[in-house]
Amino acid sequence: MSQELLRVERLTIGPRQGGPAIVQDVSFSAAQGEIVALIGESGSGKTTVSLAALGHARRGLAFRAGSVHVDGVDMTRAGREDLRRMRGRIVSYVAQSAAAAFNPAFRLSAQVTEPARLHQSRPRPAALAAAVELYRRFDLPEPERIGERYVHEVSGGQLQRFMLTMAMIEQPRLIVFDEPTSALDPTTQVEVLAAIRAAMRGQRAAAIFVSHDLPVVAQLADRIVVMRRGRVVEQGPARTILETPSQDYTRSLLQALRQRGKDSSPRAAARFPPVLEAKNISVGFGRGDAAVLAVDRVSMAVHPGEIVAVVGESGSGKTTLAHSLVGLHAPLTGGILLDGVALPGRFQLRSRDERRRIQMVFQSADTALNPSHTIGQILGRVLKLYFNMDRQARAARVRELLGLVHLRPEHAQSKPGQLSGGEKQRVNLARALAASPDVLICDEVTSALDTVIADGVMRLIATLCRERRLGIVMICHDLTAVAGLADEVKVMRRGVVVEEGRPDDVFCAPRHPYTRMLISSIPQLRAGWLDEALAARHGLEASKISSLELMDTSE
Amino acid sequence: MVRLVVTRLTGAVAVLLTVSLLVFASGEALPGDVAQLMLGEGASQEAVAQLRQQLQLDRPAPERYLGWLGGMVSGDWGVSYTTRRPISEILPPRLANTALLTVLTVLVAVPVALGLGILMALFAGGRFERSTSVVLLGLSAMPEFMLATLAVLIFAVKLRWLPAISNLSITDGPLEAARALTLPVLTLSLAIAAQIARMTRATLVNLADRPFIEMAHLKGASRLRVILVHSLANAIGPLANVVTLNIAFLISGVVVVETIFAVPGLAQLMINSVSTRDMPVIEACAMIFCCVYVLLLAAADLLGTAFNPRLRRSR
Amino acid sequence: MSTTTAPTGLLGRRLRLRRPSLIAAAAGGILVFWIGAALLVPALLPHSPVDFISDDSFEAPSARTWLGTDYLGRDLLARLISAARSTLLISFLATLGAHLIGDTLGILAALRGGWLAAVLERGAEVMLSLPKLIVGLVVIALVGPSATVLVLVTAGVYAATVFRIARAIALDLVTLDYIRAARLRGESMAWVMFGELLPNMLPLLAADFALRMSFSILFMSNLSFLGLGVQPPMADWGGLVRENLEGLASGSLASVYPTIAIASVTISLNLLVDRWGSRGGAGEMRT
Repeated sequence: MSQELLRVERLTIGPRQGGPAIVQDVSFSAAQGEIVALIGESGSGKTTVSLAALGHARRGLAFRAGSVHVDGVDMTRAGREDLRRMRGRIVSYVAQSAAAAFNPAFRLSAQVTEPARLHQSRPRPAALAAAVELYRRFDLPEPERIGERYVHEVSGGQLQRFMLTMAMIEQPRLIVFDEPTSALDPTTQVEVLAAIRAAMRGQRAAAIFVSHDLPVVAQLADRIVVMRRGRVVEQGPARTILETPSQDYTRSLLQALRQRGKDSSPRAAARFPPVLEAKNISVGFGRGDAAVLAVDRVSMAVHPGEIVAVVGESGSGKTTLAHSLVGLHAPLTGGILLDGVALPGRFQLRSRDERRRIQMVFQSADTALNPSHTIGQILGRVLKLYFNMDRQARAARVRELLGLVHLRPEHAQSKPGQLSGGEKQRVNLARALAASPDVLICDEVTSALDTVIADGVMRLIATLCRERRLGIVMICHDLTAVAGLADEVKVMRRGVVVEEGRPDDVFCAPRHPYTRMLISSIPQLRAGWLDEALAARHGLEASKISSLELMDTSE
Repeated sequence: MVRLVVTRLTGAVAVLLTVSLLVFASGEALPGDVAQLMLGEGASQEAVAQLRQQLQLDRPAPERYLGWLGGMVSGDWGVSYTTRRPISEILPPRLANTALLTVLTVLVAVPVALGLGILMALFAGGRFERSTSVVLLGLSAMPEFMLATLAVLIFAVKLRWLPAISNLSITDGPLEAARALTLPVLTLSLAIAAQIARMTRATLVNLADRPFIEMAHLKGASRLRVILVHSLANAIGPLANVVTLNIAFLISGVVVVETIFAVPGLAQLMINSVSTRDMPVIEACAMIFCCVYVLLLAAADLLGTAFNPRLRRSR
Repeated sequence: MSTTTAPTGLLGRRLRLRRPSLIAAAAGGILVFWIGAALLVPALLPHSPVDFISDDSFEAPSARTWLGTDYLGRDLLARLISAARSTLLISFLATLGAHLIGDTLGILAALRGGWLAAVLERGAEVMLSLPKLIVGLVVIALVGPSATVLVLVTAGVYAATVFRIARAIALDLVTLDYIRAARLRGESMAWVMFGELLPNMLPLLAADFALRMSFSILFMSNLSFLGLGVQPPMADWGGLVRENLEGLASGSLASVYPTIAIASVTISLNLLVDRWGSRGGAGEMRT
């Protein structure tokens, strides 16, 4: 092992005003050229630890105990001037959202070369030349000129590579990556991961890589530190943690990954006629010639007790499709049928019973539940409106509904703010079930949840679907999450269904190159995944779709 | 951008036309016959009829509105009911005094306020910033006449440094005028500077939570550089907006200050006319104030947008 | 920690109660003091605010008259307290009026959109394009000064501002999925407005109410100070300042006490909102 560069010892961080610590007794270290991954779910304190390596505590937080030595300097105790000398030169930072981390008022090159200017390490032309060199290395288009642009003129994946350049420009000894790819679509994520790997290869710099995504980490990390609720659960060489974890928590994380999307509930033997059908619907924004089609001639049939999964990246039109099914966005052409009878396009024109039978489960439970109502009121309102139940009947049914989604009756008295993310999403689901619907439209219902919890919610939906013969449309960006659950999969890209069929067929023998790329872009735990994904991508370049076109969709 | 300016200015003109209608209508709504009012109870029927014809009161309202509007634009603002003098003679010197008062106030208050706001942002969270905040909040929540009366009590009555009355006239030398204007300008400056300084600080401090400001710190930039370069570049639009808006809001302060210090300005003229119900003068003053106000509001909008960094283009 | 995304827009400045500070306690105390004084004290005072108890104007404070007498030899303390009553009552009624109109129309415009919102927005734009004091002056020139006119004018000039604020807050909320869900399942307009939206707007609207009331006090005090507010022999605080201004030259503080009274209330209201409200402070401009 070469020289130790970073040493975190018994680090404890908590609110300045007092109260329970957010990070407790965390210790780990990194040697030259080593990538250490901090992995954990939201709230585990991993970002707070990583920022401590730059001597930075977010507003309201303070270092309470322990130390973080970078290149011999204790960053938790360094003075303002010492910190200034270290930051950007010895230790640099790559933020999660590049779009927010670049100043909109300045050209990108000026910001990328600012560390060189701040530390007066070399004249501006030399710094610019170094930046251009890095742009080239990270495959940015027009490396000589792209730096002239402003942040709103380049795509998210490109911005992340600019940020990488900014972090590397002073050839620091330690780089902190804070979830650098989690805000990106899978296909873009592959590119940025490749750039990060290219950047770290042959460098003597050490790195901290913060992530919630084990498969991503598996591709890059030499060592893994698993964190939970501010403490280190276990740590060790990456292979050891991934293959023979010693702690139950780590095992449960890995288990959830393997189990993802696998469905255990029995499926209906006979197929019922479709309850909801969409026939050749096109949905657009704007009018006349200026209209842009977000959904282009899509058809689908939803049978009771079956799940239709609609998969695509952001901008593929999948959410617009969901909105048009419930009547939030009327189709320009084509028709929507309920039990074979045509439905009006706009929800205002549909009858109360028609609305009741098609229920939408919204993406984010944070915004889908009124924060000033109790859970009981939220569910009771639906019961009163559709079934005009009296108080007692409502209370009984609310209890029943809460049980259905595995919540306790006491939850009826809570407000959404008092529940966890997973519990809120279950309430969200219960509200849709309160209407006793025939069809559920689920719009990315698990995208804001941690893997283990997301898996539980998905499973619950699948069970409800089979047991209650619900027809379900599952909108999702993550193929693996629906692979084993769905009865039918539709892959959407730019408003068009490019591939559809039974999940096994789509996954095992994808016909459309886009589907192939999408599947290859899903991070896998096995070591060679990133190379395979890159290879699939290069193979694609030879095919009909140009890579430029692909990038364009993914951003 | 050109298109934006054109639409915003068209909007401003539309608003001003609506305002002119309202102002004209309020002149019409005055109870009683204007000619009778001007000549007094004892006037003869013929004299009243003659004046009515002279004032064109016998014409239909829409025609008179157009004539009145044309007069407003061309500088023919009608005749005062009380003094019987053309308003175009009474107004200009008054307007000049008010303009002088306002321009001096802006020149004093704006630089001081911006500087203070930046200092507060730089030392955010410290004792200096917290105590200044409370003082500025107090100042901005005080009525202007409180600042004025306190200023008179201290500087004119107790210390006898400055005159309590600012009866500007052409015969005064520049020194006299400066002495006369010191207290009014000081009062107005305090009121507007407190407001602008608070908003400057708030704008800069709110930016401090943005990821790109955190990034600037993590790159190794000093606090001064973060505020002066990274924050300020994004705050120019909002700040230009705040400054212009506050200049517009000066109007109410000007009314009060001119009354207290007896500055012979436009606002004082308007107040006097309100008590004598001299509608033509009130209408003319109201139209001038509204024009300035509406144009400043439009300018505030445009400045705020013009400096939006997201509109910048590399080519 | 890593994925805490802050909500944007007006609601991003979320209102949060902080630990009570000394300043907030003092500000609250001052408000309670004035409300109590306005409600209870007039009956207890030895002198009536309209009785001439002295032949001297601007008599110095004494055991008989704690604050001295005014320009006509009336007890200043009695006048100050009775003025508190008119000032607080008028500004409260005016603010209430502004909020009843502004909140209802603002929420309605945000929810309905379309031509209704366009008409209301244009109307508010014209109202906001007028300098408030100038509007007050023109209206009073027309109908003459009185307490009723003061309430109506103040409510009128601030209704447009409140409309804008309420609409902006509501617009932030109407795109949220719980409002979408309520409309999708077929709730009535009234329920969406007052059942779903209003409870979530209340903290921000309450803060604006306090702020608006302080602006109302300043606005009506300015009018009264110009002699266009409550008419003699009654007076509000602004009127007291005007009446006794001539005493200033001889060093009498008779016109200073009412200004202090006004400032104590407006500053307290602002401090409370500032402490209670956003960390950024100064979110509102005095308009």
